[in-house]
Amino acid sequence: MTNPNTSRLPDERVRRVGAVRSVLARPEFGALAGAVLVFCIFGVAAGNSGMFSMEGIVNWGTVAAYLGVLAVGAALLMIAGEFDLSVGSMIGFSGMMMAIPCLYWGWPVWLSVLFAFSVAVCLGGLNGWLVVKTGLPSFIVTLAFFFILRGLSLALSVLLTGKTIVSSNDDLVLQELIANDPLIGSLFQGHVFKGLFNILAQAGIIAARDDGAALAVGVPKVMGWWLVLTLAGALALARTRFGNWILAVGGDANAAKNVGIPVGRVKISLFVFMAFCATLFAVLQVADAGSAAADRGLQKEFEAIIAAVIGGCLLTGGFGSVIGAALGALIFGVVQIGIGYTSIDNNWYRVFLGGMLLAAVLFNNYIRRRVALGR
Amino acid sequence: MSEYILQLDDISKFFGSVIALSGVTLNLKKGEVHCLLGDNGAGKSTLIKTLAGVHQPDKGRYLVDGKPVTFQSPREALDAGIATVYQDLALVPLMSVARNFFMGREPQKKWLGFIPVMDHDLAGRTAVEKLAEMGIKVRSQDQLIGTMSGGEKQCLAIARAIHFGAKVLILDEPTAALGVKQSVNVLKLIHKARARGISVIFITHNVNHAYPVANSFTLLNRGQSMGTFAKNEICKEAVLDMMAGGAEMKSMMGDLEGVTI
Repeated sequence: MTNPNTSRLPDERVRRVGAVRSVLARPEFGALAGAVLVFCIFGVAAGNSGMFSMEGIVNWGTVAAYLGVLAVGAALLMIAGEFDLSVGSMIGFSGMMMAIPCLYWGWPVWLSVLFAFSVAVCLGGLNGWLVVKTGLPSFIVTLAFFFILRGLSLALSVLLTGKTIVSSNDDLVLQELIANDPLIGSLFQGHVFKGLFNILAQAGIIAARDDGAALAVGVPKVMGWWLVLTLAGALALARTRFGNWILAVGGDANAAKNVGIPVGRVKISLFVFMAFCATLFAVLQVADAGSAAADRGLQKEFEAIIAAVIGGCLLTGGFGSVIGAALGALIFGVVQIGIGYTSIDNNWYRVFLGGMLLAAVLFNNYIRRRVALGR
Repeated sequence: MSEYILQLDDISKFFGSVIALSGVTLNLKKGEVHCLLGDNGAGKSTLIKTLAGVHQPDKGRYLVDGKPVTFQSPREALDAGIATVYQDLALVPLMSVARNFFMGREPQKKWLGFIPVMDHDLAGRTAVEKLAEMGIKVRSQDQLIGTMSGGEKQCLAIARAIHFGAKVLILDEPTAALGVKQSVNVLKLIHKARARGISVIFITHNVNHAYPVANSFTLLNRGQSMGTFAKNEICKEAVLDMMAGGAEMKSMMGDLEGVTI
């Protein structure tokens, strides 16, 4: 390239990269800008409607957290170059796999939850194995499971219980069973920081009911799960060896294979993690609602993919961010719930999200070409 | 100890009814640059993939350091110190220099004493240092591969193979897609690798690139070896003549003379 005498001098053909440009090149930049934009819009349109009171925040925060749990899995899978359309069906299926054993087969709740996770992990592994072994696009393989799992949820719940929504069987009530299981109840059901919220209410900082307790009971546990999963996923992607493998596999699977990365194993384990996230969603939802229904999780696969794309993940893989996907989920929650606080008709919510998705894809594409690769 | 680091002895490879390689013998001396020349379809790719452990020979023996070996996978060949830099280079454009350099062999450290994480500082520092040793300058360890030129990428891939302990470097047409200056840079790098005692198999069909750096030449034609020649035994024109198939080429050139536009 250069002789040793000149190698200390800067190359005259290299322009200095500005700070602005390097910030723009970060995958989560678009999602951050989008989140700021959305908060500004709703701050103006619904600023004094209660949307930003504590119970308003808990409202949209919960929606964001549920989606956020899925978005972590979807983002990592997408960065590895695959995606999973069976997520929504998996939510309905896993909910049933948890509710039926403890209501109808007399299993303890913890065992039912373990059963649901085990079945889901096997199904996720099967999804991944089929994609890796056949070399077929994940679109078609997981589309098959989108139908298979939804059909199985409905058919099996009718076959085993005669219903498609189960919340009780004779004197067994699902909500009570979960509440009475110390492990499962404390992990998945209810809220944290209840005492803090009551203190805040008594001090007049947040809204209180007539009896002095806080109107917003506490922080739903799903938010805790969202936070933990997002941080773990972001750390894994940015800082670990496995994270480097995910980026390499999604960026160029052939190159990854040539340097000795176990491409198949990386992809399969991410399909398994996606199924784990879907089941976590289902267990949290069942514990909160007190019922499992075979039609739960409709369209969640698309919402998770949208959150990941808004978060800066490229559909082709190799580039993206878990933090960005969390911001994408946050945008989702704010728009979906926030629109009810404004005078805007609810039906505009989908138009807004579609527009957001399109803007995000165009922006990501532009950033990758112009800023990251300098073309 | 053998005089040769790597030997193919009467190797044949068949794909169904096609004879890809027929009785090819190739001996690579320690610390030499050995050029493998041949036109398209001569069997160069099959020969490289056999050396790299992608294919197993159907006939003949493969010896490393005088001992017969059978590689079941490219990984095994790599572990034996035989590194292949293919034309696609095994680099990921949207990843940084440091991440690419250590792809698949990431250095680790313990975070908070128990969480294994990738040591980005070490990776970045080492990558930039090792590249500088090879005369390749990068803007920063975070520069994306996609922003580098073809020659820089080629050099990076070679430097990576050398850093990870290659004893034998197999370069598949490293100068094929490069301009004049960049080709010279790659040739310089091959020269540096030899100075470090690394044996190089340099595959090309460009005699002008092969002749200056090579110690010996093996010519392939239609799956057969046309022999190995030391540099002092053969001149550039003779190499070119043999590679193109001598008489055949002459008659084609004869046809050309009648061409008018």
